[in-house]
Amino acid sequence: MDGPAIAPRDAALSIRGLRKAFGGQPVYSGFDLDVRRGDILAIFGPNGCGKSTLINMAAGLLPVDGGTILYDGRDVRDVRVGYVFQNYREALFPWLRAADNIRYPLRRMGLPKREIEARLDRLKAEFRVRFDLARYPYELSGGQQQLVSVMRALAVEPEVLFLDEPFSALDFETTLDLRALLQDVLKRLGVTTLLVSHDLEESIALADRLLMLTRRPTTVADDLAVRLAWPRGSATLSEPDFVALKRRCLAVFEAAVAGRPVAA
Amino acid sequence: MKGLVAPVLGAVGFIGLWWLATVAQLADPVLLPSPAETFRDTVAAFRSGPLGHDLLRTILRTVQAFLIATAIGVPLGIALGAKERVYRSVEFVVDFFRSTPASALFPLFLILFGVGEGTKIAVAAFGAALVILFNAAYGVMNARRTRVLAARVMGAGEARILWDVLLWEALPQILVGMRAGISLALVIVVVAEMFIGSTDGLGQRVIVAQSLFESGLMYGVIFLAGALGYVLNLTFLLAEKRFVHWSGR
Ligand SMILES: Nc1ncnc2c1ncn2[C@@H]1O[C@H](COP(=O)(O)OP(=O)(O)OP(=O)(O)O)[C@@H](O)[C@H]1O
Ligand SMILES: [Mg+2]
Repeated sequence: MDGPAIAPRDAALSIRGLRKAFGGQPVYSGFDLDVRRGDILAIFGPNGCGKSTLINMAAGLLPVDGGTILYDGRDVRDVRVGYVFQNYREALFPWLRAADNIRYPLRRMGLPKREIEARLDRLKAEFRVRFDLARYPYELSGGQQQLVSVMRALAVEPEVLFLDEPFSALDFETTLDLRALLQDVLKRLGVTTLLVSHDLEESIALADRLLMLTRRPTTVADDLAVRLAWPRGSATLSEPDFVALKRRCLAVFEAAVAGRPVAA
Repeated sequence: MKGLVAPVLGAVGFIGLWWLATVAQLADPVLLPSPAETFRDTVAAFRSGPLGHDLLRTILRTVQAFLIATAIGVPLGIALGAKERVYRSVEFVVDFFRSTPASALFPLFLILFGVGEGTKIAVAAFGAALVILFNAAYGVMNARRTRVLAARVMGAGEARILWDVLLWEALPQILVGMRAGISLALVIVVVAEMFIGSTDGLGQRVIVAQSLFESGLMYGVIFLAGALGYVLNLTFLLAEKRFVHWSGR
């Protein structure tokens, strides 16, 4: 493991001794994790290992059985978080226009109208939105809908952003576009991000740090820093460093899934 | 407008067959008057008779029953749907009375409300309220879980989620329930007008026309009741299309 040691003050998120079981079957039994402020952490692991469970607990959507999840000492209730769900179709509100979907969390925060509009304009510029936000979500393409979801999650200027397989329902080209746009904005704003992904290449390309999880009961198979230069485009995918990293991850993954110890 | 051609052809065909049957004298003219005679008698009953008043009374009763049913069924259904465990505990009672023919309840309501206007409206409201309640509760219970979570993560409390998410998620189903409810209210009102001491209303007019052998008028009133049900249903269908554009999205 070359996972970076993180001083407590640099951690945006600290998980200690996390426990969670479903119907007596443990998913986590004593799980620790620190996420450095401003980092994009990709979480990669087999189906059902508890990736969604982890970020749902971190986002306060699912109660923990034991342990603590703290944001600089605070409970998630006192922290602004953003969440992008895998299924954009079921996450956006179809009775609201796209723009009102983005305004929704800002209204919940009780921001004045002028500030809400200013943020909306800023996000539009940030993401170079060229489609009509006065449309209803179901009138937009899948990529546009997921982009609206991302804008909605970022509108509150979250301290931590959670993304649960945000691209898995999109086609290849849209995924590449959205990925590039997202890394650009996240790095520029320095948002601490937890990204769950099923795509190893994507996890490496988007992350500062990659966490590989094992099958249940879930432990960390590997935790590695991804020190590739930003921005990372399609050329990055063929760089020797990237290829070496990917090879190593594949070996770890195969070993973890087969249940064999990882050769160093 | 193209969509209108087929139904109009169907209606014309139906009247044509009817007319042929009377020309061929397939049935006793007292049992089956011609379309023209039916039309003539019905218009006459509108002009100089009580039919306009009857139609108005039936509409009024149906709408009153429907409004009461909605005022009770929608909020109660939403509240029960939001507390699924509570709904499960009353589900049997709701299902049972929803399955009970409302006409079997007439005697009970007669005891409760006496022989009068109130009874007809109360039975119809009772029947319609159960249908509306049932649909509203299911609409809320079937709300997309992800949307509820999305609202929660954006800082909405339980009350906010009910108002901002569950209500909207349930609205398509609520309107379906209201459509079924108003149709049922009309059915119950017409039957009640026949059997619970009435002096007016379409149900009353059908029974009277039948007993006086005014078969032209009788058929006319039946069609009128049918047209009323059809228009009510259509109004709600159009309202659903217009106001819940996100239905099923
Ligand atoms: N509400 C629940 N009740 C019972 N078991 C659950 C529940 N939610 C999750 N689980 C179980 O916990 C485990 C972890 O689920 P989770 O959804 O976190 O996996 P995941 O890593 O996100 O998988 P995927 O890659 O398929 O999205 C799975 O085995 C799942 O069956
Ligand atoms: Mg998952």
